[in-house]
Amino acid sequence: MQLTQRAKQVERKPMTLLEKIYLWNIAKGMLITIRHLFKRKATIKYPEETRSFSKVFRGVQILNRDEEGRERCTACGLCAVACPAEAITMEAAERQPGEEHLYREEKYAAKYEINMLRCIFCGYCEEACPKDAIYLTQTFAPANYGRQGFIYKKEDLLIPDPKEDPEGYQKALGEKSSKA
Amino acid sequence: MADEKQLFKVTIDNITVEVEPGTTILMAARQIGGDVTPPAMCFYSKLQGSGGKCRTCLVEVSKGSEKDPRPMPKLVASCRTTVMDGMEVKNITSDKVMDARAGVVEFLLLNHPLDCPICDQAGECHLQDLSYEHGKEGTRYEFSRRTFEKEDFGPYIQLHMTRCILCYRCTYVAAQLTDSRVHGVLDRGDHAEISTYISKAITNDFSGNMIDVCPVGALTDKTFRFKNRVWFTKPVQAHRDCDKCCGKVTLWNRGDEVLRVTARKDEWGEVESYDGKPGWICNTCRFDKKKLSDWVIEGPTNVNRHSVISTNHYVNGKVPQETIAEVMGGRQPKLLMDIHDVSDVNDPSVDLSVIPGPATGATFNNKKQQ
Repeated sequence: MQLTQRAKQVERKPMTLLEKIYLWNIAKGMLITIRHLFKRKATIKYPEETRSFSKVFRGVQILNRDEEGRERCTACGLCAVACPAEAITMEAAERQPGEEHLYREEKYAAKYEINMLRCIFCGYCEEACPKDAIYLTQTFAPANYGRQGFIYKKEDLLIPDPKEDPEGYQKALGEKSSKA
Repeated sequence: MADEKQLFKVTIDNITVEVEPGTTILMAARQIGGDVTPPAMCFYSKLQGSGGKCRTCLVEVSKGSEKDPRPMPKLVASCRTTVMDGMEVKNITSDKVMDARAGVVEFLLLNHPLDCPICDQAGECHLQDLSYEHGKEGTRYEFSRRTFEKEDFGPYIQLHMTRCILCYRCTYVAAQLTDSRVHGVLDRGDHAEISTYISKAITNDFSGNMIDVCPVGALTDKTFRFKNRVWFTKPVQAHRDCDKCCGKVTLWNRGDEVLRVTARKDEWGEVESYDGKPGWICNTCRFDKKKLSDWVIEGPTNVNRHSVISTNHYVNGKVPQETIAEVMGGRQPKLLMDIHDVSDVNDPSVDLSVIPGPATGATFNNKKQQ
């Protein structure tokens, strides 16, 4: 019984002499191999070379600071509720007198964690954020030998302070800074 | 006498309902329910004299009554207007009403700071719902918003005067539920504000109900302040024997921690009634019983499917059967990482429910060093 229209009858003819010595077919195969040696390589020498990402590439998250170096995040939980992978968790705390230079709002995220094992880089957190606090950058999360290394804490995510390290701040903002 | 009582026929958005004389249009609409019901910010059916202030419940009366079919010349506040026999009311079917309501929302938001990301009421805020459903996207207000001196309302209640929309509900609670009214509205017009005289702490046993009646985040629970977002907590119905109140509450849990206790709310956001009496709860139940062992759990609260509180709460979910042990010949999977070893969030050693006020940075850092 024929299952599909494309079924082909296998040829069972005895091989000719040319086919029996295989040389011809080897030469044919080598020709393809050698031809590829002179083609443009599909791979790059990472990490010496890096590929340029598209402008809308969604890489590892950063937590943003404002121009005065205060943390923008106010632990509103919108990124966590928008996160389809439930990767984001946080603990909120009240800003105490004397901490005004550290945190922009009355409430701030005392703990902020992204579980990179869960994150699917969908960018919903960036979309949900009402405070411009979380951004997806154009670098991807580095590899790690242990699972422990993939729980990104607030210290890992926060960008450099513009007062202490203006260059690092500008670099961390990347092309997002010109947009904002 | 009661049997002879004549019922009034009233038609709201082409739906006819028979109600007793003296019923307001809003309460008649609530008998129908659904989209027909006008929103209400200041009206609270369990508080006498409330209503008539915020103007969000404006409706158009297209036919006054059977005897006098002329329409009412202006939009009327449905919470204060009683029905007449044969009255015809237009709510969502009237463009005039929808336009007026958008205007009212814009007015209510004039001085509102829109700090929802910080506000503890976010997620169960009536002003959020109202502006989402009826508001326009922008505002035409160009001046700086009102600011106030911070005022202390005692250890239990947090007042954010900037968020207040002056609905007066809390003052009615103070006047009707507590023996002595110690807080009210000071000044007039644009300067009006809720305040206690001489910053007197409210010590009455039922003062906590102000938090429940507040439609916005002006009065919030200090013992819950910043502890968690409403939609990450799990609402559970519970009760306990209380000599002061009905003891029927909703617990808002995170795991086994009771982060917040509130009275049970009905579909209009008002406190539920038991045997015709509103189920206000006392301050002991609300602020001091923050242990799961204090309560008898009845079951999960029914949350509207469209509410943000129901997000990520999986109801009737079927947990698939574990097959690993079966496939691996009885071996259990090896746990490669316990999240609590690495994560600082939701640390079992930090119990937020026992902290009287909001957590500070030290709350989490001190525990880590131990």
